[in-house]
Amino acid sequence: MVGQAAEPQLRVAGKLRHDKGLRVSNGDETDWAGLMIRVRDHQDRAAFAALFRHFAPRVKGFLMKSGAGATLAEECAQDVMATLWQKAHLFDPARASVATWVFTIARNRRIDALRKARRAEPEELDWGPEPEPDQAEVMETQQETERLGRALAGLPERQRSLIERAFYGELSHSEIAAETGLPLGTIKSRIRLALDKLRHEMM
Amino acid sequence: MTIRHHLSDQLLIGYAAGQLPEAFSLVVATHVSLCDECRARLASYDTLGGALIEDQGDVEMAEAALEAVMARIEGMPQATQRAPMRASGIFPAPLADYVGGDLSAVKWRSIGMGVKQAILPTGRDASARLLYIPAGVAVPDHGHRGMELTLVLQGAFADANDRFDRGDLEIADENLEHTPVAMAGQDCICLAATDAPLRFRKFLPRLAQPLFRI
Ligand SMILES: [Zn+2]
Repeated sequence: MVGQAAEPQLRVAGKLRHDKGLRVSNGDETDWAGLMIRVRDHQDRAAFAALFRHFAPRVKGFLMKSGAGATLAEECAQDVMATLWQKAHLFDPARASVATWVFTIARNRRIDALRKARRAEPEELDWGPEPEPDQAEVMETQQETERLGRALAGLPERQRSLIERAFYGELSHSEIAAETGLPLGTIKSRIRLALDKLRHEMM
Repeated sequence: MTIRHHLSDQLLIGYAAGQLPEAFSLVVATHVSLCDECRARLASYDTLGGALIEDQGDVEMAEAALEAVMARIEGMPQATQRAPMRASGIFPAPLADYVGGDLSAVKWRSIGMGVKQAILPTGRDASARLLYIPAGVAVPDHGHRGMELTLVLQGAFADANDRFDRGDLEIADENLEHTPVAMAGQDCICLAATDAPLRFRKFLPRLAQPLFRI
């Protein structure tokens, strides 16, 4: 835990909230990454249950909007959550928010279940041992998803619906609009910087 | 290595959304393996997927769902080892995975003039193949009905507009009539994918016209 003093936006009612405690009840303020790290490092079942209550219903909703029936969506949402547990060691809070990570698992499960297709994945990068990732970077990553969510909510209905339909699998690749109208540049730049740093260290 | 020709946003969004034909996913994953710029762009689209998950209205899970999953993970060992796949040859890991190895594992079939191809096993909604084009040879003249992606893995080729080196991706649609010509110096190896049958004008590859000055 370093650099907390430099993160005033983390203060909730005057209290630093990115502590190691369990936070499960205050809605948007919940530290999902902290819970995920407890699952990853301590096989913490209470933390997993909190993640389940939040994400499983969302994954189920996502899969149903993607065309899965309720039974299949339920089954797949359970699979996704089990994978979250099983692959917890791959979760890196400086690279992706929990929501983003859940999304990638849910998407891949959907490809298996609905399209029965195989999906090639890019070569994994060896980020090296990072026992203590930079906290500022971790917070930045977790908050990007929230910021993007707000930007998405602020889009004109038609534009937002196009993006949603693309992600729910309603559009073929040639129907997908190339422009999202969303501020994705900052996310790209942050990751690009991290990659440049990694390449530099590897040389 | 500087990559100059990248994935389109459309392809990256399609890949992030899980909507690409398998053959196109293979090209995207292979390019991203070689290109940090597109890796970062892809991550931003994955984040958009995360925002959509967060934004979902809840659909209630079955009553005993949590207990069921808890019971399931009870006996389930958490994997602990990060196992980065790292390819050592000219094929990045996702491609090596399809080929079953690197260059030496490819089962080439000759299509004339020293040009060889190897079809890769993907779903039928699009096809993927490796192309081997000897230096200075042009691949058959062809137009497209759908979209064709060509990713350079070794050597370089030029079409009427530009030059493509290792990692570069050419995206061709029906408007582009192209005759890729392998540059002199090194035989060119490409991964190509298309969602429509190629219409070959001339089946035989030919020597490059002097026009191309290669
Ligand atoms: Zn690129």
